[in-house]
Amino acid sequence: MLQKNEKKAVTLRTMLAIMVLLLLVILLENISSWIPGMPAIFAPTSQLFTVLKKGAVYSLVAVSMNLLNGFTGLFSLGQAGFMLLGAYTYAILTVPMAAKDQVYYLYGGSAVKFSLVDLFQSLFGSAGFGGAVSMICAVLVGIVCAGLVAALFAALIGTPVLRLKSDYLAIATLGFAEILRAIFQWQTLGPITNGANMLKSFPTFADFNIKNAAGQVVLRLSTFVPFLLSIFCIGVIVLLIHSSYGRAFKAIRDDEVAAEAMGISLFKHKMLSFVISSFFSGVGGALFAMYVSNAQAKAFTSTMTYEILLIVVIGGIGSISGSVIGTFLYVACSEWWLRFLDAETYIGSFKVPLLRSGFRMVVFSIVIMIIVLFFSQGIMGEKELTWAGIGGLLKKLKPKKKAASAGKEG
Amino acid sequence: MDEKMVLRMEHVTMQFGGVVAVNDLSLDVPEGKIVALIGPNGAGKTTAFNCITGVYQPTNGRVEFMGQTMICSHPTGKMKKTYLGSEAQTYVNQKIVNPTPDHVVELGIARTFQNIRLWKSMTVFENVLVAKHMRAKQNVFSASTRANAHEEARMREETMALLKEQGLEQYKDEIATSLPYGLQRRLEIARALATEPKLLLLDEPAAGMNPQETQELAQYIQVIRDTHHLTVFLIEHHMDLVMKISDYIYVIDFGSEIARGVPKEVQSNKRVIEAYLGVSEDA
Repeated sequence: MLQKNEKKAVTLRTMLAIMVLLLLVILLENISSWIPGMPAIFAPTSQLFTVLKKGAVYSLVAVSMNLLNGFTGLFSLGQAGFMLLGAYTYAILTVPMAAKDQVYYLYGGSAVKFSLVDLFQSLFGSAGFGGAVSMICAVLVGIVCAGLVAALFAALIGTPVLRLKSDYLAIATLGFAEILRAIFQWQTLGPITNGANMLKSFPTFADFNIKNAAGQVVLRLSTFVPFLLSIFCIGVIVLLIHSSYGRAFKAIRDDEVAAEAMGISLFKHKMLSFVISSFFSGVGGALFAMYVSNAQAKAFTSTMTYEILLIVVIGGIGSISGSVIGTFLYVACSEWWLRFLDAETYIGSFKVPLLRSGFRMVVFSIVIMIIVLFFSQGIMGEKELTWAGIGGLLKKLKPKKKAASAGKEG
Repeated sequence: MDEKMVLRMEHVTMQFGGVVAVNDLSLDVPEGKIVALIGPNGAGKTTAFNCITGVYQPTNGRVEFMGQTMICSHPTGKMKKTYLGSEAQTYVNQKIVNPTPDHVVELGIARTFQNIRLWKSMTVFENVLVAKHMRAKQNVFSASTRANAHEEARMREETMALLKEQGLEQYKDEIATSLPYGLQRRLEIARALATEPKLLLLDEPAAGMNPQETQELAQYIQVIRDTHHLTVFLIEHHMDLVMKISDYIYVIDFGSEIARGVPKEVQSNKRVIEAYLGVSEDA
């Protein structure tokens, strides 16, 4: 009984922490407009918000990859492919009718003669509160469709591909992603995918900022929305991992032969993990399209998959909180903290050697090599961030407090 | 015979390339009995187990479980020409039945492994809990939305009860592979019992145990047979253990049966002694 109460308390605390985190994000976004004279870092165009938005999107994709690679032990490299499917599905379904001719100008309009945005606007109206409701509905339905399309493709290729083991599975899924990228750039599919051109004008995170009649932003929510969606999806994955199915996945990862000998159907469970992981990668792809405000096949290269794989390795294969922490660290470094390495810098008349465009990637590669060689367990290993763990850490180093990380507890 | 046979192997042959690992093996395991399969190293005992549990598809032969055909096979493709075993024509016109290991477990056959295969990242409790997964009434949606809380609670309760019964409850939160060897063996048996089997296959359960532990194991096997209404089929090297607990013994060497009978008969069988001790050149 005591254990049950303790569990409830932990759940409650986690929910509270997530709520506090979300409120903090809203506060952070709006502080510059509420209190004038804040430092430039809080300005809406600051690098900080780029990192937060991209971090939120990437952590979902990293966690979904971790579900497959870290928890089920299937080394798949198809993440970018499923993200591409998600991004395109979302974009194709939500480009408003009014914008279609302009977006698809090379192909004389789109072959998809409806748009979720217009569909919901005809239901709830297009202005004021009704407009907001219809946009939220369109975005949510679009995101769910994005996930479903990715999951459907995963189910289709799963049957042949999941028979393969380790490296072979990685090669097959990587190939699948590359084929998808080529197909989506194919001219013949232009009326649907817009060929090699980008899809744009669909609802993005910026559209969630609440504006007044004059068009001025009253409340910024463009960072809050990706956080909310991402936390929700990661929450679902965490629930899955802690369920009976999650344990079965781990059993397959630890020892396939033993798992099968204890009645766990390898094919069924591998397929399940693959489809669910792809669903959330698809959702992540849709969020990514919203983040960059366009969908373009050439963005979803294998480099993107490697980037996510790297995050998973840095965070710790088999740790959800590790993936989340890893994502924010990685994104912050690549988008913000290590930017100075790319800029030519002069101290007086002395030009600092080595610093020039591209040097960031050199440093980055070295850091990665060091991590892989000496810290192959990553930041968290297979452990999760727990309340007990945070408590222990706080006792050890009393003055240091890290409230923000509490929200990402597993 | 009026006894009910739980498992019946008929002319099972397993050939890898040109090597016949199991040759025309036929045996019966009656309900509620402890039956042993013994033989020198490399005789094909574990291969025989793998044929029953669906790990390998036998090249030829049939396996019946609870009166139903569970596995049936005959040489196909290239094996038709290279087949070295006997009874090649017996099963040609029968449908090939080749279940995966998880189906075999579902039917009610659980096994342990010669080299212990516990899930190394999991605790003792989780190791047993995972084995309960197969029989749980749930799907992935009810499981991840916690709509199956009732079922989950039942699984945990049953797991706890099983651990208590096996005397493993004080280790429940320890990582499975950190247990002493004897307890790991016991945990593997507990895990197999969690799948609610009718027939338990034990692959060298006493391997690496000292005489005291072997003694305990002998009693333990008899106790679980009675409390869980099991039939036990085991492979073993420890002759004293086999002779003590087995109701019936099959002896194989080089994949073929060389003797069968109750312990007394087998003990005095000349061919068995030869197989175990070797036979001198001029004999």
